[in-house]
Amino acid sequence: MHLMYFTEQPMSAYPVDEGRAFGNTALMFSNRHFDPVAGSKLYQDRIDEYLYVEEMGIDGIMLNEHHNAPFCMQAKANIFAAILAGMTKRVKIVLLGNPLPLAENPIRLAEELAMIDMVSQGRLVSGFVRGGGQEQLATGVNPAFNRERFEEAHDLIVKTWTVPGPFRWEGTHYQHRVVNPWALPLQQPHPRIWIPGVLSTETIIWAAQQRYPYIALNTSIEATKRIWATYDKAAEEVGYTPGPENRGYLQRIFVAETEEKALENARQFMWMQGEFTGLAHPVWSSPSGYFSPERRRDFVQFAVGRATSPRGRPSFEQQIDDMQIIAGTPTSVLPKLRRILEATRPGIMAFWGSDGNVSHEDTRTCIRLLGQEVLPAVREIGKELGLTSPFEANAPVSIRHAEGPEAPAPERVAAAV
Amino acid sequence: MTETLASASTEQHVGVAGVQLHLVRGGSGDPLLVLHHDIGNPGWLPFHRQLAERFEVVAPSHPGYDRSERPEWMRSVRDVAVVYQWLLADLELEAVTLVGLGFGGWVAAEMATMAPTAFRRLVLVGAMGLRPDDGEIMDQALVNYIEYARAGFADQAAFDRVYGAEPSTDQLEAWDRNREMSFRIAWKPYMYSQTLPHLLGGVKTPALVVWGSEDRIVPRSCGEQYARALPNARLEIVPGAGHCLALERPDQLASLIDRFATAG
Repeated sequence: MHLMYFTEQPMSAYPVDEGRAFGNTALMFSNRHFDPVAGSKLYQDRIDEYLYVEEMGIDGIMLNEHHNAPFCMQAKANIFAAILAGMTKRVKIVLLGNPLPLAENPIRLAEELAMIDMVSQGRLVSGFVRGGGQEQLATGVNPAFNRERFEEAHDLIVKTWTVPGPFRWEGTHYQHRVVNPWALPLQQPHPRIWIPGVLSTETIIWAAQQRYPYIALNTSIEATKRIWATYDKAAEEVGYTPGPENRGYLQRIFVAETEEKALENARQFMWMQGEFTGLAHPVWSSPSGYFSPERRRDFVQFAVGRATSPRGRPSFEQQIDDMQIIAGTPTSVLPKLRRILEATRPGIMAFWGSDGNVSHEDTRTCIRLLGQEVLPAVREIGKELGLTSPFEANAPVSIRHAEGPEAPAPERVAAAV
Repeated sequence: MTETLASASTEQHVGVAGVQLHLVRGGSGDPLLVLHHDIGNPGWLPFHRQLAERFEVVAPSHPGYDRSERPEWMRSVRDVAVVYQWLLADLELEAVTLVGLGFGGWVAAEMATMAPTAFRRLVLVGAMGLRPDDGEIMDQALVNYIEYARAGFADQAAFDRVYGAEPSTDQLEAWDRNREMSFRIAWKPYMYSQTLPHLLGGVKTPALVVWGSEDRIVPRSCGEQYARALPNARLEIVPGAGHCLALERPDQLASLIDRFATAG
């Protein structure tokens, strides 16, 4: 198994009452409520936690980005990836991911990611996402072309990494006179690409068609099984049989010395949990053209307040009951993790270990207990269940490179070291 | 969709630029093309019926709006204007009077700049298309479908008459589809052209610019800008009215158009 640590990097210092009074905490919630002094302190805490989680034996650190909302302080995933590339020694740096449609110039992303891969000596996993609905508005990118831009930017980045330049790109949404960036990734043929998601069937099918692992973001067990059914069908159609190496799962989990302490901190997962993790606005989170046309009827009713979110918004108790949130001591969380692993069979498992106002100290305790007791036990369960990661399975990085081992060429890694 | 088609109108689909455009026609007389708002065209309305007493009224749904097919390739409002030039040519209509409502006003203005002498009259009602000197065009991306449609009315009872106090889910879907098409062709800059103001000076067509004094969608400054930039235009303010004049004050607007279009 490949075990990762994740946090949204919450801006917990923002005035919660102001957010409640405004009615939502995204897009238009004023950044006069942002406190750079607190922000600077929180960034130091996060760096310390990331270094500690590496020390405690994690395999990867998962990073993401969001815009105009206090639930996530990462405005650019590549910045923290670059920091970790320089400060960590062993962990994979797993970006889940760069929101491709927001990029006006995907070649810049290709260059940045190549730099991160070289600086980290081949530790980059470069996931891609569509970006949340409100992010299209925050960055001024047309939501109606979100999926087209995602796919075209992806194609351009992969070509940039794998086909020697210079070449010309005349696409629908991107046109480039000269594609010939000097920086190229260390890993060959290119860094692994993983695709995270929660809902969109089109994305699941697309990921399966590319043979990219799909990371289910804390979906319920039943929803996760439906995702794999969709993925597996699409995979069979393009000629391969997926296994655990194609499946990832993100789990909210808080581990503490006592059940009470764990539950208290796990409640912080509700801190910003609303529509897509913030108290988001139903219109801003789902701009026209962004969602699948088959869901139009659901989303328009949600937008005007006639229906609840098609993405769901279960209570804390319900999430504890169906194990979307796990809280407890190492001893009490392991049977639950086993049930999730048995039911969803992922080769990639991410632990979302802290959120909201959980203190730095409690987060470190959670990381320590994960490292000392949970990770080793989960690895054993993974072995027992045959949950091999893409690295262990030496899986091809994509359907286009399905022949033979595609791990980083050792001589190039050695040369870089 | 509370309005039903009057017996005087006919519906058809016409193939233009690779897509099927839906249009409603009625009446007889000089041809008059009515170009609808970004929220779509709710049907053959009292406004159309009154105009149809004096004109041959042609009311298409914009490409990608309501029952007109979406041209996947379309990227600008100027593309819409060219499609309508094509439509008019295929329908063999000449010396047409253009009536553009809100977003449709932008399309009409683009059409007029393309053919400075071809149109008989140009009527712009709360027209989008110009960056306001003062204020901003209301951004539908930030509000829900009902809030946006209601903002077009100074008189909410008029909204209720046209759409019902609680618009149907079918109507919400139509608004979403129309909104998506507006984003596809007018996302950035939002609802205006940076080049249109430089091209209006060539329009020889006599123009009437009509604005509701309470228009919350497009600032009145845009009306003044149009009236200044078009060489042969005057601005008429309708006191107390909102943006969707054709839906809110159908008789008053139709009378204004009738007087203007039949004069001289």
